[in-house]
Amino acid sequence: MPGADKETELSERIEAFLSELKRCGSGAGSLRGSAETARETTSLLRRITAQARWSNAGDLMEIIRKEGRRMTAGQPSETTVGNMVRRVLKIIREEYARSRGSTEEADQQESLHKLLTSGGSSEDNFRQHFTHLKANVIEAINELLTELEGTTDNISMQALEHIHSNEVIMTIGRSRTVEAFLKDAARKRKFHVIVAECAPFCQGHEMATSLSKEDIETTVIPDAAIFAVMSRVNKVIIGTQTVLANGGLRAVNGTHTLALAAKHHSTPLIVCAPMFKLSPQFPNEEDTFHKFVSPHEVLPFTEGEILSKVNAHCPVFDYVPPELITLFISNIGGNAPSYIYRLMSELYHPEDHEL
Amino acid sequence: MADSDGRQVDGVNHATGKIYRLKLFFNNEGKELTKEEKQRLRKEKKQHKKNKKDDKGPPEKEKEKEKASVPAPSKPATQSPAHKAAPAPVHASESAAAAEKPAKSKAELRAERRARQDSERTSKHGKKEGGQQSASSKPKATPNELQPVVKRLPEHVQVDDPAALKKLAKKLERQQVRQIHSHVPLRSDYGYKVSLFSHLHQYSRKSPPTLQISIPATVIHPSIVRLGLQYSQGIIAGSNARSVALLHTFKQVIQDYSTPPNEELSRDLVNKLSPYISFLSQCRPLSASMGNAIKYIKKEISNIPSQCKEEEAKGKLQACIDSYINEKIILASEAISKYAIEKISDGDVILVYGCSSLVNHILCKAFEKQRKFRVIVVDSRPRLEGREALRRLVKKGIRCTYVLISALSYILPEVSKVFLGAHALLANGYVMSRVGTSQIALVAKAYNVPVLVCCETYKFCERVQTDSFVSNELDDPDDLIVTRNGKSHLENWQTVKSLGLLNLVYDVTPPDFVDLVITDLGMIPCTSVPVVLRVKNVDQ
Repeated sequence: MPGADKETELSERIEAFLSELKRCGSGAGSLRGSAETARETTSLLRRITAQARWSNAGDLMEIIRKEGRRMTAGQPSETTVGNMVRRVLKIIREEYARSRGSTEEADQQESLHKLLTSGGSSEDNFRQHFTHLKANVIEAINELLTELEGTTDNISMQALEHIHSNEVIMTIGRSRTVEAFLKDAARKRKFHVIVAECAPFCQGHEMATSLSKEDIETTVIPDAAIFAVMSRVNKVIIGTQTVLANGGLRAVNGTHTLALAAKHHSTPLIVCAPMFKLSPQFPNEEDTFHKFVSPHEVLPFTEGEILSKVNAHCPVFDYVPPELITLFISNIGGNAPSYIYRLMSELYHPEDHEL
Repeated sequence: MADSDGRQVDGVNHATGKIYRLKLFFNNEGKELTKEEKQRLRKEKKQHKKNKKDDKGPPEKEKEKEKASVPAPSKPATQSPAHKAAPAPVHASESAAAAEKPAKSKAELRAERRARQDSERTSKHGKKEGGQQSASSKPKATPNELQPVVKRLPEHVQVDDPAALKKLAKKLERQQVRQIHSHVPLRSDYGYKVSLFSHLHQYSRKSPPTLQISIPATVIHPSIVRLGLQYSQGIIAGSNARSVALLHTFKQVIQDYSTPPNEELSRDLVNKLSPYISFLSQCRPLSASMGNAIKYIKKEISNIPSQCKEEEAKGKLQACIDSYINEKIILASEAISKYAIEKISDGDVILVYGCSSLVNHILCKAFEKQRKFRVIVVDSRPRLEGREALRRLVKKGIRCTYVLISALSYILPEVSKVFLGAHALLANGYVMSRVGTSQIALVAKAYNVPVLVCCETYKFCERVQTDSFVSNELDDPDDLIVTRNGKSHLENWQTVKSLGLLNLVYDVTPPDFVDLVITDLGMIPCTSVPVVLRVKNVDQ
């Protein structure tokens, strides 16, 4: 039966995507950028919407939530997957509300006023059937995909507003967003870039070679020299893996030290992060926040005799509190860290924060 | 006219009015005056001045000391009436002061000079007398004299100045034995230097400094050549190790030294050491501890009395060096360990950075004293010295954890104390140490973890510095290249025009990050370093 084929094909695709996620996460950072992951997740969700069997919005949301939980369980540290799932859920809710004809509520958040005036539980369980819901949802997901494709360009377009000539800019590790940002600014302005190599994966080396190919004066420094050279730096521009709900960052290890050094010298810290990296998580779960990879990167097996008597740690991420950040540059413009919670309410529905 | 002890001091040629001062600086044997004899001469002249001030007045003794010829001897006659007023205050002040206060005599002289300048037009000599008077009274100067120090900027921070480079090249050429034309080679820089650091040298480990030395290099002692190579290849690293190796090599040099005829051991040996020191600084810039050690040796050598026989002098010098090593390094580390162990309590989690021989010694001693603690060793590329520290501590049986410096924010919440070693302590309270130390202190401060720096007093130096740029050392940039998964991105960094690699060796930590400095004199705050320096100078 064609339907069954479609279903098996669909589940195959989902399985393939899951295994891809699991494999990527164990290597040095991500072998694919977050943008790619976001795009793939969204196309997969579109396919699910198109091919899965559902009759009303509630069913669809159930299916997506189930698949979403599986996907995030595959690689918990890759938060863009969960973010995209939440975005799609929000799209479904909106389309449903539009189809029903009810005006969208301006404020989705729980407020005391709403509790008092709503009188009882919220009306719909999304059980009504609308014929055009599927088409609308798929169209909306397509819009989301186009937005995703344009994020890097949107961010790079703002580069000239933030970089003046003869500046010294410091960055750490490798971020494709920051790379595009700096390359765009380099077309019109001349400046220097100092890249901290970010041991043990040393992704800063790739970043430096790619920047220097565009004729940007680049210098590679070891992580230990971050504070030593910070006094001559005008701006620090970094990318991040996730933007947390309080405005803090989960970024590559070494970023917290960089942020502290920048604060000490009163150097502005600018984070270039597209909106799909914004995640409704808070940083308070100590055990689940960190991700570790093999300590072989830090203390190789050639050090044989002492290995058994020593604990070696190799964390991948760092938490940067929002007080150390000056500005977020995203595809919708520049924002202060104190505004992040507001942006989050526009992107995700509060009931979707827990998948 | 002869002086009291029979030397020809000056002969006055009444015909031309010029005073011969040619014989002034030669004693009976015709050799140059040694430092003691010059000092004695000056003291005698002062005595002379005191005795004769009533009869002849200041102008005559000033004339005796003048280096340039002065006009006719008839001048004293004309000057003395003019100076009748001046000598009077001179007498009064001189009789009033028990010991000659240099400040007062300078002021008196200035008054005399002004009066003299009014009567005659030889104003140029005035400054010289003032200088000579203060020079003669220097031995009696009290420590609270704030003498302006005019320092010459060291060569190794003037790489971008072509004039300074030329001077260095000339100096190295000059340091050659007269007969054999071999000299200390000038090492050339390697690779593209980041513009902020173009004033510093950047050498490559692959081109050793001995490439241009001819064989036999009789200017440079072979053990010095070996030491220089060990420095430049990084075989001997760490400020204590380098100083000790230097002192042992100097002992060897002194052992092999023989005074040439007609030379004084005290002066000739110092001259012999200069090309060695230039060679070593070409191999690797001298550290503050090495600088202090060299100063000490030179002082000891020049204080050898001339009557001392050669063997005796050599033995004395070797004993001096041994006692220096023993006191300043070995005993100092024992004293520091004693103080530091008081600061380690049971259940502590101690963070150390890199490999500091002193900190390792402290931890081993504390472990022997049955303190229960565990250690976290933080390491950084490209030197990865922490692994050496890790090996030593694990061998002792101490429980250790090992992380790289980028994981510092992760590991710091567990830490209760941070122990850091130092390369030098600067006079404004800044701590100069391995690059990365300031970062550790910064993050520890953010987490409110106490930072303790352990440093012997012989590493204290008079320099002041506020950032890590002006005076630093650039290591071989190729060290930053790493091969991961078979790929190394920076392999051809030299071919890319706009790419530079920066491998700093040292950085300075501001004193507000450091809570305590443990030295062999006790536990002091960072800001008390100039006090210790002052006390040391008075002692010496």
